[in-house]
Amino acid sequence: MKGLGPLSRAMLLGFLRDRVTLFFTIVFPLMFLVLFGGLFKDAGVSQTEILQIGNVPVIDQMPADARTELDKVLKVERRDDRQAALQAVRDGDYAAAVEQDGGRVIVHYSAADQVRSGTVRSILNLLVQDANQAASGVPPRFNLELSQVEDESLEAIQFVTPGLLGWAIATGATFGASLTLVSWRRKRILRRLRLSPARVPAIVLARVLVSVLIALGQTAIFLGVASLPYFGLRLSGYWWMAVPLVVCATLAFMSIGLLAGAWAKTEESASAIVNLIVLPMAFLSGSFIPADNLPGWIRTVSNVFPLKHLNDAMLDVMVRGQPPTAVLPQVGILIGFAVVVAALAMWLFRWDDV
Amino acid sequence: MVETIQVDDVRKRYGDVAAVDGVSFAVREGEFFGILGPNGAGKTTTLEIIEGLRKADSGSVRVFGESPWPRNPALLPRIGVQLQASSFFERLTAREQIRTFAALYGVGPARADEMLEEVGLTEKANTRSEKLSGGQMQRLSIALALVHDPELVFLDEPTAALDPQARRNLWDLLRRINSTGRTVVLSTHYLDEAEALCDRVAIMDHGRVLELGAPAALVRGLAAPTRVSVVSGALPVEEARTIQSGAAVDDDGVSLTIATTEPGPVLAALAERDALHGLSVRGATLEDVFLHLTGREYRA
Ligand SMILES: Nc1ncnc2c1ncn2[C@@H]1O[C@H](COP(=O)(O)OP(=O)(O)O)[C@@H](O)[C@H]1O
Ligand SMILES: [Mg+2]
Repeated sequence: MKGLGPLSRAMLLGFLRDRVTLFFTIVFPLMFLVLFGGLFKDAGVSQTEILQIGNVPVIDQMPADARTELDKVLKVERRDDRQAALQAVRDGDYAAAVEQDGGRVIVHYSAADQVRSGTVRSILNLLVQDANQAASGVPPRFNLELSQVEDESLEAIQFVTPGLLGWAIATGATFGASLTLVSWRRKRILRRLRLSPARVPAIVLARVLVSVLIALGQTAIFLGVASLPYFGLRLSGYWWMAVPLVVCATLAFMSIGLLAGAWAKTEESASAIVNLIVLPMAFLSGSFIPADNLPGWIRTVSNVFPLKHLNDAMLDVMVRGQPPTAVLPQVGILIGFAVVVAALAMWLFRWDDV
Repeated sequence: MVETIQVDDVRKRYGDVAAVDGVSFAVREGEFFGILGPNGAGKTTTLEIIEGLRKADSGSVRVFGESPWPRNPALLPRIGVQLQASSFFERLTAREQIRTFAALYGVGPARADEMLEEVGLTEKANTRSEKLSGGQMQRLSIALALVHDPELVFLDEPTAALDPQARRNLWDLLRRINSTGRTVVLSTHYLDEAEALCDRVAIMDHGRVLELGAPAALVRGLAAPTRVSVVSGALPVEEARTIQSGAAVDDDGVSLTIATTEPGPVLAALAERDALHGLSVRGATLEDVFLHLTGREYRA
């Protein structure tokens, strides 16, 4: 196709030399990754901290292997001053304080944090039962084993990475498509190209190629940074399915950008429109905060956003270990979205300002 | 023989404005053809219709015997177009710009670099286009129009917004483009430019061609007087009036001007009186032609 090579090259060079765009498509989202990944690094159930007041034999006398298991979910610190320990719980610094008085195991907890204190109570309950059972000398008939569905790794980075990556890709592809369209039209490059043997499909395909390349670059950088030992992202076996997902999502996001670019007259109004779409989309699609916490009707509405489906699918294949076939519906939705919106953009397309 | 460009009664309206209002002319092979007119005369619209960027409301346009509208791929490699606004890719150097355009036409990088040399931009090859001076940008955009060696070149006000020195430098380049046998169509709002460069010029105003011909012929056809000026007070006005009956004399306090159809005897008489201080002789120009045609001063 005549013009595909030189036009892609021109666009890619233009992108790589544009510091502002480079910042907003790569550095800025990475800053969020570092922030979120670092902030919530020690959060999660596995790191719940409690205090033990003085000696607590049910904990102190646990068998070594059981103690290792316990350490995975509870971080137990010893504090001999009872008043100080209770105050620390009241202040919310610790989830609970445990003391033992002969056969009585007392758990002091604050009602302010229901979730964490609930966790602590049930874990200690188990401990006490185990101790009772061991004391009776009868081998246990039933054993309760707790297993977390998320592959035991509830670390924030696992959930933050796919969402922020999706947001970064959405930003890059929508801005790339809309700004190229508007600035090429305003600078009359489009009409100049119209007088060259390059055809419209070559121009469009060049932009698609460059956007996909940028999106894959963002993916590589994101996964690379998140996989650093400090953040500790662990990818599930089917993570490679993220590549076709990113490609389809890029097409969907580009179609939004093309629509904005076809409609807008200036670069400023194009960026404003794109921002108005991308930011709410990122919030409602769970890029920054888990979508599960949102009210039901918002979750229903957010289904119109391609980012929502990308985030779902990326979590499935990158973190939840779902097989590639599980995300085929999302692939279909992303492609369908791209086709419909791009058709709309084509219909609005203008070579000229006037 | 087929004319390179044949335009017949072309019209184009924008709402109430008749941007092009019944324009007809023909451009011959190898000719340097000018479209001269003030801003808003309809030059750009006329050029864009011929290039195939806009559709005329009515009338017919033939370029190399073919219609440029709708987009005619057979014509594209044969024409080179410099658009009025310099249209460059963002953040590319001069060399990258021209190589990109060359590649669009299947022209290799060596030829692209040659073209850069031809317009005198080799030293600026690694400069980003937005850092070039106005004149350099115009040179680059002309190079972009020429890189695929077209037979017919359209230049829309290539010297607009340039300082006089840069304009004259560009004229040399424009003459060279034409001297290699290319047909050049140039629009300009500078009278002197049309006079200096064009074989024939169409004078446009309000969407119409008022007059068409070689600049010298247009001026001659006017039979306008030559103006001989000397510094004011070089001789008394009364005495000046006696030099030649029928010549108009005027002293505006800066210079004394004698408008005459026979400048020779007037000059001799002034020399005799030793009154040649600050002498200037100005023949009729296209400005006078425009004044004659429209009854108003030429304002670019
Ligand atoms: N796209 C357009 N929409 C509306 N009016 C236009 C448009 N292009 C040109 N015109 C009007 O048509 C007239 C001729 O414009 P133009 O061809 O650009 O003149 P020139 O190039 O000689 O300055 C002007 O009055 C201008 O305002
Ligand atoms: Mg113009």
